[in-house]
Amino acid sequence: MIPKELRYTKEHEWVKVEGDTATVGITDYAQGELGDIVYIELPEPGSALEQMKSFGLIEAVKTEADLYSPLSGEVTERNDAVVGDPGVINSSPYEDGWLIKMKVGNPKETEGLLTAEQYAEHIGNGAAS
Amino acid sequence: MLKVVGIGKIEDLLREIPEDLLRDESLDLPAPMSEFELSSHMKDLAASNTGAAKGGPFLGGGAYDHYIPSAVRQIVSRSEFLTAYTPYQPEVSQGTLQAAFEYQSMVCALTGLEVSNASLYDGASASAEAVLMARAIADRPDVVVGGTLQPAYKEVLDTYLKYSGAEVKEASAADGRVKPEDWKKLVTPRTAAVVIQSPNMFGLIENVTPAVEAAKQAGALTVMVCDLLSLSLLRSPAEWGADIAVGEGQSVGSALSFGGPYLGFIATKRSFIRKMPGRIVAETSDADGRRGFVMTLQTREQHIRRERATSNICTNQGLNALAAAVHIGLLGPRGLRRAAEGCVRNARYAAEEISKVPGFKTEFDGPFFREFAVRTPIPPAELNRRLAERGMLGGLDLGRWDDSLGGLWLVCVTEKRRKAEIDEFVQAVRECCE
Repeated sequence: MIPKELRYTKEHEWVKVEGDTATVGITDYAQGELGDIVYIELPEPGSALEQMKSFGLIEAVKTEADLYSPLSGEVTERNDAVVGDPGVINSSPYEDGWLIKMKVGNPKETEGLLTAEQYAEHIGNGAAS
Repeated sequence: MLKVVGIGKIEDLLREIPEDLLRDESLDLPAPMSEFELSSHMKDLAASNTGAAKGGPFLGGGAYDHYIPSAVRQIVSRSEFLTAYTPYQPEVSQGTLQAAFEYQSMVCALTGLEVSNASLYDGASASAEAVLMARAIADRPDVVVGGTLQPAYKEVLDTYLKYSGAEVKEASAADGRVKPEDWKKLVTPRTAAVVIQSPNMFGLIENVTPAVEAAKQAGALTVMVCDLLSLSLLRSPAEWGADIAVGEGQSVGSALSFGGPYLGFIATKRSFIRKMPGRIVAETSDADGRRGFVMTLQTREQHIRRERATSNICTNQGLNALAAAVHIGLLGPRGLRRAAEGCVRNARYAAEEISKVPGFKTEFDGPFFREFAVRTPIPPAELNRRLAERGMLGGLDLGRWDDSLGGLWLVCVTEKRRKAEIDEFVQAVRECCE
């Protein structure tokens, strides 16, 4: 599932831009590849974000991976519900499984993100996570 | 065989080695012996050693002569335990995994902290691992170490931190214990942890509160280096407010063994579990709902997260941990406490008696566990030499740890030393100094 209104990174994060704020999460493809998510480390509100730099850690039973920020800016909200119950990311990656909300620092950066079609092609091409 | 392989002589197998590097003299070894001759020879060699068994050592300083029930050795010597290599596969090692889980649970019970692991290498490296862990948790570089931490442990810690950019400061001691006001003076916003040992290098019991308070105020962690046997009697690290407890577990179930193998233990708060190094065994249930044990949280280990691993530890002391679990299990809380009380009573009696010998004086005031420092009228090394002539092992010459401690003798008396032994020892000390 790849919602058309979102934008994507090659590292399987999605971002929903609404004016100068945005919401970030990981894609359905990513949660499927990871398997049962058991733990997530997310930054506190107020933390700085830099495009394509790691802002957190996601851990599944057999592996763990960095979370890369699609845009630069500042964390305004962290989804504490997901920290308490990481399994929500598996069951609802685009809705209840959102990770952070942020203030967008540089709107021009959205031009570098993938569209739904481009992301589909990216994972269709056997993109290893 | 040479014919089968297709070469003329053995030397042909060594063709790759440059000739000028080949040794042309034969090794300087004695002629072969029959099994009988060899057996006699080894007996002669062994007879030149005075084992700890003869007249009991009054020597401690990090390794202690405690009584280990025969059953411990029996159980630990089972081939399933003794010869198994890294037996953590749940399908075939439920016994081992359960024993490791029990061991972890006992360490938690004794330290009062919430989680533990399936052991580290020894007390010194465990102390270093705790510091690495604190640095990762606090995301800060520096450490303040109590000046009464075992010098060998301090050296190991320095080695671990050598190229890390950490600044390691030492809180100085007065009258054998860390000066309470020194902690606040040295802790800064860059301090990840304070490290305090109790019972400390002199066997003295420290007041850990000033260290904990200084650490808390600065947002740093408290690492307490302690002893599992003593914890059956003394205030636990958790009660003191420590965040991480580590130490040497040799005193519960491991023989002296000329220095090893020994046993490192670690325990901490549950919220820190993902920063704790080493193997962790957990209880779970299988597909049929039966209880089982597995190694868990392996995503912390460097075979899965190399760049972010906070430690390079890659094994543990499974057999010694098993021995500890069996030992503690057999003694139980009451038996463990009785052994600890025996140490306190015997050491106190010995200290009193030695102080009656002309020229001898206990150096520090305050309660001590199992060992105490004495100022001697003749150099401790000389005293030990004279005692050795009588087949006795005297205390540690503290001058070997540091020049500033010259003239001090660390006497260790465990629950194994009977009153007659102590009296005989004190009498020998008296005679050696006449």
